[in-house]
Amino acid sequence: MKEQKHDEHLLEQEFTVKGGDFILAGEVSSKIKTILKEIGIRQEVIIRTAIATYEAEMNVVCHADRGKFHLTITPDRLSIVVEDEGQGIENIDLAMKAGFSTASAEIREMGFGAGMGLPNIKKNVDDLKITSVVGGGTRMEMVILT
Amino acid sequence: MTLGKIKEILDAEVLVGNEYMDIDVRDAFAADLLSDVLAFAKEGTLLITGITNPQVIRTAEMLEFIGILFVRGKKPDEEAVNLARIKKVPLLSTRYIMFETCGRLFKNGLVGCIERTVNEGTET
Repeated sequence: MKEQKHDEHLLEQEFTVKGGDFILAGEVSSKIKTILKEIGIRQEVIIRTAIATYEAEMNVVCHADRGKFHLTITPDRLSIVVEDEGQGIENIDLAMKAGFSTASAEIREMGFGAGMGLPNIKKNVDDLKITSVVGGGTRMEMVILT
Repeated sequence: MTLGKIKEILDAEVLVGNEYMDIDVRDAFAADLLSDVLAFAKEGTLLITGITNPQVIRTAEMLEFIGILFVRGKKPDEEAVNLARIKKVPLLSTRYIMFETCGRLFKNGLVGCIERTVNEGTET
């Protein structure tokens, strides 16, 4: 049996998200979901990815000025790197705690900002790495094994 | 239970998706917090909610909900309705409050997509 090459890129694509644009919020996640469907990724993986990307996209829209989603699909995994320019996260361990939130009243009125986003992303991906610079932005790498 | 049967039980109005009334509904989830919907609801379920913004339609798209049932007579604005049409998400609206809506559906045999959370409401 031939060993699969793990560094072989099947697809790479970049998407941009505008902070504060609640009308378009979700469109990048929708596009990523469509791509995953088209290439025949397992349904269970598609749903987990959709939840994680949508939470991440809402985070950018709610908390940053702009952001980029970089999707890489290799034979055994999906990698989505989200980099935003914005306020950053002061204490990542605290932000990962369920219920901790810095969301505005406006965001809460929309039904978000319950402090569940990051814990929910963690629950749905196989690996999550977050680095952040206060006043600079946040970089989040999500890996999902397919 | 079909979407059509749910419409009948709750005297609901179909806002989007008249053509989907024969679709079978497996189970349901009810909440007014999208964060909770994203954390706890299961793929393919019926969402019962009072939230009517476009984000509720996006959430339904991500989790491939069978439809959204708005309670307390709420109806989304044209923008959200259009998004639901594009994303093919059936929308229904009933005047019953959430408690009555869930109770009537449960009494007719529809169950929750999960029964309870595992710990302090962070895992299922």
